[in-house]
Amino acid sequence: MSPSPSADTVDVLSPKRSFQGLILTLQRYWAEYGCVILQPYDMEVGAGTFHPATTLRAIGPRPWKSAYVQPSRRPSDGRYGENPNRVQHYYQFQVIIKPSPPDLQELYLKSLQAIGVDTANHDIRFVEDDWESPTLGAWGLGWEVWCDGMEVSQFTYFQQVGGIDCAPVSGELTYGLERLAMYVQGVDNIFDLNFNGRDGADKVTYRDVFLQAEQEYSRYNFEHADTNALLRHFEDAENECRALIEAGDRQDRHDMALPAYDQCIKASHLFNLLDARGVISVTERQSYILRVRELSKACAEAWLKTDAGGAGEGGGNG
Amino acid sequence: MADLLLELFSEEIPARMQARAADDLKKRITDGLVDAGLVYEAATAHATPRRLALAVSGLPVTQPDTREERKGPRVGAPEKAVEGFLRSAGLSSLDDCQILEDKKGEYYAAVIERKGGAAADVIAALVPDVIAGFAWPKSMRWGAGTLRWVRPLHGILCVFDGETVPFEVAGIASGDSTLGHRFMAPDAIAARHFDDYEASLRAAHVMLDAHERAEVIVNEARTLAFAQGLELVEDDALLRETAGLVEWPVVLMGQFDESFLEVPPEVLTTSMKSHQKCFSLRDPKTDHLANRFILVSNLVAGDGGAAITAGNERVIAARLSDARFFWEQDRKTPLEARSAELENITFHAKLGTQAERIKRIELLAGEIADAIGANREKAMQAARLAKCDLVTEMVGEFPELQGLMGYYYAKAEGLDPQVCDALARHYQPQGPADDVPAGPVAQAVALADKIDTLVGFWTIGEKPTGSKDPYALRRAALGVIRILLENELRLKLSPTMQFALSKLGPTLDRLFEGDDRYTLVREAHSNLLRGEGHLLAFFADRLKVHLRDEGARHDLIDAVFALGGQDDLVLIVRRVEALGRFLETEDGANLLAGTKRAQNILRIEEKKDGRAYDEAPDSARLDEPEEIALAQAIDTAETNAGAAVRDKNYEAAMAALAGLRGPVDAFFDAVTVNADDAGLRENRLNLLARIRAATLQVADFSKIEG
Repeated sequence: MSPSPSADTVDVLSPKRSFQGLILTLQRYWAEYGCVILQPYDMEVGAGTFHPATTLRAIGPRPWKSAYVQPSRRPSDGRYGENPNRVQHYYQFQVIIKPSPPDLQELYLKSLQAIGVDTANHDIRFVEDDWESPTLGAWGLGWEVWCDGMEVSQFTYFQQVGGIDCAPVSGELTYGLERLAMYVQGVDNIFDLNFNGRDGADKVTYRDVFLQAEQEYSRYNFEHADTNALLRHFEDAENECRALIEAGDRQDRHDMALPAYDQCIKASHLFNLLDARGVISVTERQSYILRVRELSKACAEAWLKTDAGGAGEGGGNG
Repeated sequence: MADLLLELFSEEIPARMQARAADDLKKRITDGLVDAGLVYEAATAHATPRRLALAVSGLPVTQPDTREERKGPRVGAPEKAVEGFLRSAGLSSLDDCQILEDKKGEYYAAVIERKGGAAADVIAALVPDVIAGFAWPKSMRWGAGTLRWVRPLHGILCVFDGETVPFEVAGIASGDSTLGHRFMAPDAIAARHFDDYEASLRAAHVMLDAHERAEVIVNEARTLAFAQGLELVEDDALLRETAGLVEWPVVLMGQFDESFLEVPPEVLTTSMKSHQKCFSLRDPKTDHLANRFILVSNLVAGDGGAAITAGNERVIAARLSDARFFWEQDRKTPLEARSAELENITFHAKLGTQAERIKRIELLAGEIADAIGANREKAMQAARLAKCDLVTEMVGEFPELQGLMGYYYAKAEGLDPQVCDALARHYQPQGPADDVPAGPVAQAVALADKIDTLVGFWTIGEKPTGSKDPYALRRAALGVIRILLENELRLKLSPTMQFALSKLGPTLDRLFEGDDRYTLVREAHSNLLRGEGHLLAFFADRLKVHLRDEGARHDLIDAVFALGGQDDLVLIVRRVEALGRFLETEDGANLLAGTKRAQNILRIEEKKDGRAYDEAPDSARLDEPEEIALAQAIDTAETNAGAAVRDKNYEAAMAALAGLRGPVDAFFDAVTVNADDAGLRENRLNLLARIRAATLQVADFSKIEG
């Protein structure tokens, strides 16, 4: 296939033209700031926050700067590809900086400008939205960031993760990539997003990439996921997590915090799937959330006993 | 005299916290100044999304000098005492003390005179304290610091008498400058007085006064609406919130596709308001919602707001699409078919599922319908459907639309209008300002819902205490009271509550059988079933509060409740009113005085004799004409008042009692109760007891004040 002629004259990687261009621009922007650019975590998660580069790195005294794209799965948001705004799989762009720098808001606003949001013509607002993850035992204060009334990012100062006080505090930015791309590309339907920035026959849209997946996974999530198997997997992940927490414990050190946390992520995602299948009653729901929270707390405590968690640094909390 | 200007500049403060924070800042700073002897003339506080500002005017530049005289030991007191005193007063020898004299002789006194310090020093110490101790509803740390503020604090402007007051809080040094609007005027602004501060901010696109911002918003919104022949759907809470989301309000109008107007207007308004903080507009000619909305932005945009409006329109369209999707989806399932889902929803862990609760309310609504003359079948049907909208998508998204969505869905199904109305109104009244439901079917369901809630939470011991009333039981009781009184509904509460309690039994058995708490709950349940005294007393209390608000005397309500067995609120109120009117007459006031006199004599004599006088007086032993007349008058009054009370004719009952006044007065004028003849005395005391008995036909006069 020969390249489209327009590719020579237009910037196909402009964030205003292509979805991947938007991602690349954000990666470059935060890389220039000094962030470690990571790749997505290789497990199913509901949000970029679950990546150990955020959850675990937010705990303990060591400074940390990182940015990455994280595919996020929200089984109950699936609409069989029929809703222009809702999908069960989408991308988040996650930035985590510890300690949060004093100019984090300005850094964020400049990143919006970098992807083509003109702050002289668009109304950017920080609207109260406190973040809480009952399954992670985590909370923080911050805002949802609005651009002309549309929520384009979450901005959070972590106060607690895994039940442990964050000191220093991490600043977390979560960009809803599809929404931002819809905004800068000016399209009303997520599936109309130009993925690769090309025109004509070379153009690949979000529809081309993901519509079939949305249909298939909606079917799976809502109709076919084997709930008995999911319940067993949940128990397995829970047991495995507990076993690893115990097996890795060396009194004041821990040598398997990360594998244990993987099982916690698994349990959390299985819970989301069960929830989407509607097999968890309101009362049971609370107890499942508590069970996952117990796991994340145990993992957070284990993490503090590792090198990256700052073990042996003599409580140097900044 | 000098002025203080203080500004705390931070990242965006949640709109709902701003006004309270400005007030708190003013209170804490001015309290601190006054405690330090710095009395001020005036103080005003302001809040924007990014700043709290305080201006205090008319402050002295130094604290007043103080003189404190501290009394020490007597002259010649032991050395130890003297030493201790010198140490505590911070003096080195007795030479620094004065010798003063009182009635008991001479004593040492230390006079400590302090020169007043500079007000600026007081401020430099006070502000960091206030910041460190500030009570935000929720606060946070940031970076590597330990200071807590609502969001990261970036700057402190503190100028007194034209000069910066130097101090530092968590690495932030105070200064005399701040920043303007985040996007339109981000540069530093120096300020030395409130007037130039406010003016410079205005020039930098920051409107400091939240009221002014709200005024601008509402006026511009009305103007934009008027230009389109529309009117603004006013919403004070939304107005306050939007004024707290901008430093420089710029009001714009957007529109959405007309086809969305097929969705119920409350849904559109709620969706635009709760998700997007936008105002709705209506067409005054038709009173229908218009396909336009008002948005409040924070920017004078280069393109006149075209991009902002277009962006908001796109979001509103997506939001309304969601709402329409819910509206269409929800209507595919008849309300009745949703009952099954309610079986899986716990109402309260100790009161069972929503489905169990609905069953109870249904049966109770039927009983109440019979009692108040509503259609029994319709009331039961409405009760069955009343909570079904809780499991619709729309109510899941907008819980505040519960009830109303039930109404719309029932209407769409073509159900009976009275049933639909009951679904919409059975939560009413939701507060003192809310109307009570007008239709009898709605009244029956509203009463059943509230009474079931009350007996349920009473049984499991979840009663309101002090300021805590998590299940809004006071509101439920007041709701029952208002529905009954405002519609003059005659409902006997005791049997109604008994019925409700009896229907709770099976749920309790299911939930608690084999549980340690079973006996306890069953005991509470059967106690209530037997007497339900506490719950009726709760109603009495709420009724007193309600009637007091309406100007009635609480002692008269006590006097009626004290009769016992009073559970028909309409009759209680009628009786209280008649009693109040009667006591305002001369006959009434005198009879009250006479009855109280009789009761006082009885109380004293009964105590003295260690026995009660409650037998029928022996008519043969009635001696004086006045006591003979009184005995006859009592018989007549008692008979007539009793008959009138049975006819619920309280005016007539009072009139019957009024006939007692003359004979009672005459009796006390002419007859000596404590006669020397013991038999005569006993008979007369028994006669006094008859006065009390007769008045008890209408109220317990001993509870009445005066």
